[in-house]
Amino acid sequence: MTSAEDPVQRRKALMQVLARADQAELEAAIDRFTPLPPLREPRPAETGLVMVRGRIGGDGAPFNLGEATVTRAAVQLNDVTGVSYLLGRAPERARAAAILDALWQDPAAQPVVEEALAPVRRRLAEAAAEAAAKVEATRVNFFTMARGED
Amino acid sequence: MASPPLAMGFADPARDAQRVFKALMSALARPGRKQRLAARLSPPPPLTPELAAVALTLLDFETAVWLDAPLAGAPAVSDFLRFHAAPRIIAAPHDADFALISDAARMPPFEVFAQGTPDYPDRATTLLVQVAKLATGALRLEGPGIAGRVGVSAAPLPDDFPARIAANAAGFPLGIDLFLIAPDAVVGLPRSVRLAEGN
Amino acid sequence: MYVAVKGGETAIRNAHALLAEARRGDPAVPEIGIDQIREQLALAVDRVMAEGSLFDRDLAALALKQARGDTIEAIFLLRALRTTLPRFGAALPVDTATMTLRRRISATFKDLPGGQLLGPTFDYTHRLLDPALATQTPAAPAPAAKATPKVSAKAASKAAGKAAPKPPMGETSTPAAPVPRVTDLLGDEKLIEPAPADTGAEPPDLTRTPLAFPADRATRLQNLARGDEGFLLALGYSTQRGYARTHPFVGEIRIGEVEVELFVEELGFAVPLGAVSVTECQMVNQFHGTAEAPPQFTRGYGLVFGQSERKAMSMALVDRAMRWEELGETLSAPAQDAEFVLSHSDNVQSTGFVEHLKLPHYVDFQAELGLVRLMRGAHAAASDALQDGDPE
Repeated sequence: MTSAEDPVQRRKALMQVLARADQAELEAAIDRFTPLPPLREPRPAETGLVMVRGRIGGDGAPFNLGEATVTRAAVQLNDVTGVSYLLGRAPERARAAAILDALWQDPAAQPVVEEALAPVRRRLAEAAAEAAAKVEATRVNFFTMARGED
Repeated sequence: MASPPLAMGFADPARDAQRVFKALMSALARPGRKQRLAARLSPPPPLTPELAAVALTLLDFETAVWLDAPLAGAPAVSDFLRFHAAPRIIAAPHDADFALISDAARMPPFEVFAQGTPDYPDRATTLLVQVAKLATGALRLEGPGIAGRVGVSAAPLPDDFPARIAANAAGFPLGIDLFLIAPDAVVGLPRSVRLAEGN
Repeated sequence: MYVAVKGGETAIRNAHALLAEARRGDPAVPEIGIDQIREQLALAVDRVMAEGSLFDRDLAALALKQARGDTIEAIFLLRALRTTLPRFGAALPVDTATMTLRRRISATFKDLPGGQLLGPTFDYTHRLLDPALATQTPAAPAPAAKATPKVSAKAASKAAGKAAPKPPMGETSTPAAPVPRVTDLLGDEKLIEPAPADTGAEPPDLTRTPLAFPADRATRLQNLARGDEGFLLALGYSTQRGYARTHPFVGEIRIGEVEVELFVEELGFAVPLGAVSVTECQMVNQFHGTAEAPPQFTRGYGLVFGQSERKAMSMALVDRAMRWEELGETLSAPAQDAEFVLSHSDNVQSTGFVEHLKLPHYVDFQAELGLVRLMRGAHAAASDALQDGDPE
C-alpha cells in the first residue's frame, strides 16, 4: 500500500494508473467533471523518446539499453497544472491523463478522480493476477526419489 | 498546488524552432548583420519574447544554462525554462553551454565563461544577450562572413564592449560566441569577429 | 571513356509500385493487420525493437509489415524514425529485481528463492510442426494456478542482502515481493565478483558519441544490446567451442516487465511511464583468481528489450569474453576483441556497407578494367619477349 501521507507517492501512484489506462477509460473518468473549466494547454501533447537504462549485472553501474517512445502533455485547469508522461505514441491519451492529473490535485475533486479510476485499477489488478497465475502454473516442483537402503 | 498560469511555449514547436534556428545560423554566418527574429511568446519578465524564443530553440535537457542576476531572481523564468526545455540551470558560468543575460549593461566579463579547449573549441559558452535596440552603427567589425566591414550599434551594452570583442577575437580559436537579441532582430558576434581599425 | 549517366527515375518509381504490390501478395488473401503482427509474431516484433533500439511494439510491427518481414530492413526503419524524434531525457535505470516475471529459470540452483518458472517457452516442445496451427482452431486457455505462493519479502531481502524492499506503489503493480537474483545469493558468500559500482557518473551513449576504443563496459553493453542476434549468437557459440572458453553457467534468466521512471525537472520527482518488457541473463563464469584476487566466479551480463533469451545469453557470453584484459586473461579469440566485435555487431551499419556494393560503381570499375587491360598487355608483351628469346 502507498503511504497515504506522502503526496508525491500518491501522485506517482495516480500517474502509474493513468499511464496504463486506455483512451475510453480516461475519457469516462473525465466525463464525471463535465463541463470542464476552461482549459489551457501550455504544452500540447508531443511524442518523443526516453533513453531506457539498465544496470551492469542488474545492480551495478548504469548503461544505456535503448530508447522508448513517450508522449507527454501539460494542461492547466483553474491555474492547476496537470502533467502526463506515458510510454507509446498517444497524444489523446496523454492529454486526457494530464487533465485527470490536474483535476486530481484539487482536494475536492480528488476522491471523485480516484473513484472514477477504481475500475481501471481493478481491471489492471485482475489482468496482472491472471497473468501471474498462469505463470505460476508453470512453476517446476522438483521431487527426488529415494533410492537404495535408508 | 495552484500556480500562476504557465506561459505557453511555441505554438508549432518544430516549425517555430526551425525559423528561430535559421535566423541564428544566418546571424553567425553573416556576423554583424541583423536577422529578422519574430517571436509570438509571452514569457515571464524580465525574459523578452525574443530571448525566450532563442532559449526554447537552443536549450534542452542536455544543455547547462547560466542565468544572470535579474533572470535568476525571477523564479517564474526558471519555471518557464524548465517546463518547456528542461535545461540544467547552473550557478557556475564557466560550466555553462549557454548564458542568458537580460541586463546587458552589467554582463559579467567574458572570461568567467567557458572558453573551450584547444582540442574542443566548441565547448565554450554561447552568450544570449537581450538588448533594447539594434542598428547599424559605430562599432566597425570585420572577419569571416563580413564583406569588407560592418557597423553595429546596440544598447544597452557595457562601455568596454569593443575592448571585450577585441580580446575575445585575440584568443581565437578559443573564446565565447555571442548573440545580441533585440525585439525584432538578432545579430551574431562569433569569436571570429575582429574590431576593424579606426574604432 | 566516361559518360555521365542520369536517369532511372521512372524505373525507380515503378519499382516502388511493384514492391508495394509484392508486399501485399495475393489480394484474395486478407491483408495482415499491425495488431496481428504485434500479437501473433511477437518475438519478431521484439527482435526489431531490441536491435532497432526503440521500444514501441506498434512501430516495430508496422516496420515488419513495411519490410515484408525482412528483420534487418525493419530495424533500419526504426533506427531512421528515432532520429526524427526529440529526446525528453534518460530514465532511471530499471530495477530487474522488481520485474513482473513471465519466466525465470536458473541452471545453477534447483531450489532457489522464487523458484523456477518456465513461462511461455519453446524449451521442452518437440519441434514437430503443428498442423492444427494451419487451421484457425481457437487455442484452449492456459491453466492458471489457484494460489500464487510468493517469496516472502523478508526472505527475499535476506537472500538479496538488502534492506526490506519498498512496497509497490499502486495496486496495479504486482503485489509479489522482489525475487532475489542468483548473483546476490553467491555474492553473500563473496563467491562471485560484485557488479561494478554505480559512481553516479552518466553512462556514455553511442547514439550521441561515436564508438571509440578502448570502449568501457557500459558502452560495450549498449552496443551488444542493439547488436545483431545472429552475430552475437555465433560469437557466443565460438567461446563455448574453445575460442576463449569461459566455462559459463546460466545463473539466471528472467523475462518480464519492468517499470520505467523518468525524472521530470518541472515536477521534481520521477514519473512512472509504464512498463517495458525485457530479458535478462546472468551468466556465471569460472575464474581461477590472480595473485591479488582469490578464486571466485565472474559474471557476464545480458539485457535486451522484449523476450529473447538467445540474444540475452549470447550478449552475456560476449560481454564476459570481452573482459579478458580486466581479468588478466590472454587475448586469443575474436569474441574477446572488443574492437572487432563492437565494430561489426550493428546490422544496420553492416548491411549498409555490404549492400552499398550494388550501387553504381561504373567509373571505379572502368578504371579497374583499363588497368587490367594494361597489365594483360604488358604480361603478353613480356611472355612474347620470353618466347622470342628462347634458344629453341
